[in-house]
Amino acid sequence: LVKTNTLLKRTFPGRYESLASIRGFVVQAAKDAGLSEEDIYRVELSVDEACTNIIEHAYGGEDRGDINCTLNIEEGGLRIRLQDFGEPFNPSKVPAPRFDVPIDQLKSRGVGFFLMKKLMDELHYESTPQGGNVMVMYKSK
Amino acid sequence: MDIAITNFKRCDVVKANGRIDSYTSPDLEKAFNEITEAGKFKIVFDMSDVNFVSSKGWWVLIDNQKKCRRYKRGEVVLANIQKDIQESLGLVGLSNYFKVFDDVTSAVGSF
Repeated sequence: LVKTNTLLKRTFPGRYESLASIRGFVVQAAKDAGLSEEDIYRVELSVDEACTNIIEHAYGGEDRGDINCTLNIEEGGLRIRLQDFGEPFNPSKVPAPRFDVPIDQLKSRGVGFFLMKKLMDELHYESTPQGGNVMVMYKSK
Repeated sequence: MDIAITNFKRCDVVKANGRIDSYTSPDLEKAFNEITEAGKFKIVFDMSDVNFVSSKGWWVLIDNQKKCRRYKRGEVVLANIQKDIQESLGLVGLSNYFKVFDDVTSAVGSF
């Protein structure tokens, strides 16, 4: 049974230990939205990368603020909104990583966002007037 | 995440179980360090019981690949990768940096 037009909200402490529960929360909604097994993994990975970015770059470390996660199970798929209250951080401004280089020249920066762009159908970033960042991602069925 | 290391004559096999993310990747790093600090650089990573790897996890593997290949003294090879994980590795473009084997026996045999 696919449940549509359901809105789910949860707040998680911004620390790496939260990643497993954030992923669990999103994976359940992705199942309820009727996404395929492959797409559920893609969503799970994108959310993990986005939340790691929030902790690392927006908050600059663990335990400095919360991550608000809002999930909208829509007719056509799953919409995910992640909000933090840290420093403005626009991942799309980070240059895309290069993978056509010898291994010693590989750089990790920007890989998470690059993955999210490839794995999700839509990705929007905005900084909010009251501070912090909002990332909205969408995966269709 | 549980991690076990098995020493073979020609190489070492690291077998992890669970999900590798920013929280658990330091455990993986520790396991690889244990091997490389003992002066051994031929490593098979058995991923049959690994069902999630974030870019943080790939970075532990990349860093160790750099370390192991230095002076041509060894390599990190992967065995038994699950389909979803393999897809994300390919998407990022990191699959070019690792040999992938269908099972541990052939991975061990490659050394």
